[in-house]
Amino acid sequence: MPKLKLEDLAEVRERARKATMLREGAGRVKVTVHMGTCGIAAGARKIMEAALREVEERNLLDVIVATSGCAGLCSREPMATVEVVGEAPVKYVDLTEAKMKAIIAGHVVGGQAVQEYALAVGSERVL
Amino acid sequence: MAYRLNLMVCAGTGCVANRSLEVRDALEKELERRGLQNEVEVVTTGCNGFCGAGPLMVVHPDGIFYQQLSPKDIPHLVEEHFLKGRPVQKLMYVPPEEPAPIPKMSDIPFFRGQRLIALRNRGLIDPERIEEYIARDGYAALAKALAEMTPADIMEQVRISGLRGRGGAGFPAASKWEATRKVSAEPRYVVCNGDEGDPGAFMDRSIVESDPHSVIEGMIIGAKAIGARWGVVYIRNEYPLALQRLNIALDQAREYGLLGDDILGTGFDFDISVSRGAGAFVCGEATALVAAVEGRLGEPRARPPRLAESGLWGKPTCLNNVETWANVPPIILRGGPWFASIGTERSKGTKVFSLVGKVKNTGLVEVPMGMTLREIIYDIGGGIPGGKRFKAVQTGGPSGGCIPDTLIDLPVDFESLTEAGSMMGSGGMVVMDDDTCMVDVARYFLAFTQDESCGKCTPCREGTKLMLDILAKITEGHGTMEDLDTLERVAKVVAEASLCGLGTSAPNPVLTTMRYFREEYLAHIQAHKCPAHVCRELNTYRIDPEICVQHGHGCGVCKRECPEKAIFGEKNQPHRIDMSLCRKCGVCVDVCHFNAVIVE
Repeated sequence: MPKLKLEDLAEVRERARKATMLREGAGRVKVTVHMGTCGIAAGARKIMEAALREVEERNLLDVIVATSGCAGLCSREPMATVEVVGEAPVKYVDLTEAKMKAIIAGHVVGGQAVQEYALAVGSERVL
Repeated sequence: MAYRLNLMVCAGTGCVANRSLEVRDALEKELERRGLQNEVEVVTTGCNGFCGAGPLMVVHPDGIFYQQLSPKDIPHLVEEHFLKGRPVQKLMYVPPEEPAPIPKMSDIPFFRGQRLIALRNRGLIDPERIEEYIARDGYAALAKALAEMTPADIMEQVRISGLRGRGGAGFPAASKWEATRKVSAEPRYVVCNGDEGDPGAFMDRSIVESDPHSVIEGMIIGAKAIGARWGVVYIRNEYPLALQRLNIALDQAREYGLLGDDILGTGFDFDISVSRGAGAFVCGEATALVAAVEGRLGEPRARPPRLAESGLWGKPTCLNNVETWANVPPIILRGGPWFASIGTERSKGTKVFSLVGKVKNTGLVEVPMGMTLREIIYDIGGGIPGGKRFKAVQTGGPSGGCIPDTLIDLPVDFESLTEAGSMMGSGGMVVMDDDTCMVDVARYFLAFTQDESCGKCTPCREGTKLMLDILAKITEGHGTMEDLDTLERVAKVVAEASLCGLGTSAPNPVLTTMRYFREEYLAHIQAHKCPAHVCRELNTYRIDPEICVQHGHGCGVCKRECPEKAIFGEKNQPHRIDMSLCRKCGVCVDVCHFNAVIVE
């Protein structure tokens, strides 16, 4: 490690923030891959890995990839939900790695939901 | 690949003692077995604060809080939460007397009431990785101080902030800095006092363990303001983990060009060496500490001259404690007025306390100055366990005093505590309930200060011994009313005539307990009773014949265990104690399953 100069510090900070950003708890976008038994059986792990890889390659610092249990529509797994802060969540079904990549590009980065892979906008009413 | 989860495993001394490192190893093994090691990162952090619930882990980004983990919980936890995304309820914190667990750390009352400045990075970074400190604005204050501010600017912000020394006396930090700067002799030194020796106190240890760079950065900024080229951290050798993390942090800072020559390319030179203490309580006193660093006997000397004039090696020296230094970077980064907006009129910012004793949530808390004892003990600490009544709280360590329940709404700041006869000290807070005998408490703390008195000045050396003997006499039931007067007189002389803080404050536990709990002293002396049944010499023991037979069927456990063979009785018959043989050891009370042994 070469000794830092004043102007290097900000760059080191930005780089290091990538590793610690998750701990701030809030991103601009949360991508939840549904990993119930049905999801895992249908290949959800590959979908999640694709999402993480894409986040890494695109150097997206404000995107959190998470997992949750079965979303209830087991026949359409693998599924994922994309939530942009301040917008309604969008559920995607019958995913493949290529579709996940396209969703990251179109919805997470581009801001437009990818209609052809989407099941619905919004969530069930809870309680 | 990016991580989707960060598992922050607490590795403060408390959790490590509860085997948190085994939990971490089990986690890493299980994650690898499940093929999750590239998605889930395990981070070893410093003390999280909620020591009573350890070993702890916080899962980010959701902030899920798991407690009392053991390696056998790990396979289930990894499968359910980290693979399938279903947090495991049975490992979460359940508040006492509540049915449902609280999943999120930020919703748990213990954490919710706190405000972190000195502990701003606790549990959020790996203290052994400088990059993680930098990620959370670490060394940004230093860059600002070196590039944009003159020493006078730095001093001005610290003055505006109102920061006062966190080590005990509460002396304004800026005044100390200015006094050191003003002396023309060179070189000047900055010193960090990490010789935390109060029984039950672990604020400084936790800061160094969880965020050593915050102390280092504060010292470099202070050195720039004062014009020092060299600093010393004096730290107790009994803190091996803190020492290890501090040394790692110093090496990393040097490697990054944050210590050494030409820091950040600005032409400022400064480095820090570590001096290890050998467990003498008096070395926490500034002049004794300086003597110890120089390799001399750790004894205090008379002041003046102050350290600012003649400190380490006879040169101008600025000494602040760990927590004070850790507060400096946020003050520089956010400005003095920001810090001054927190706290009370004369006590600014926050204070770290180690909350221990008879309180549900034992641990380390940081709260704004001026919060009341009630808020700290009940809202954050969760109150007194076992349905007992709050009796007193001891603040300021062995040099502090006992504050009674009638003052529970006292705001905690330098002035209020001193007025109540206690002190802020370094921030120890020992909570006591009805089972605590205040005379015995005074005796306990006096025994500590008497043992730790260096013996240099007579009032402290002889006075603490005299007071201890009188207190022992009272707890054994031989006290007289005259003893009370002698105790008070000696206490005043010791406080008045001792050279250093150890002697001047040693009588505080005696004076405050006599002031607020005089009736307990009288009970010991006049009625030969200890109301809390702590002083065994004053107790009498008897067995309730009805409970013994009806519930215990004269089981005879007490008779078997009594070392003096002072208990008589046959099976199914009531047992009785022969007090002429009894040595009052209390074993019978401990072994009786039916609470038939009555202490009076």
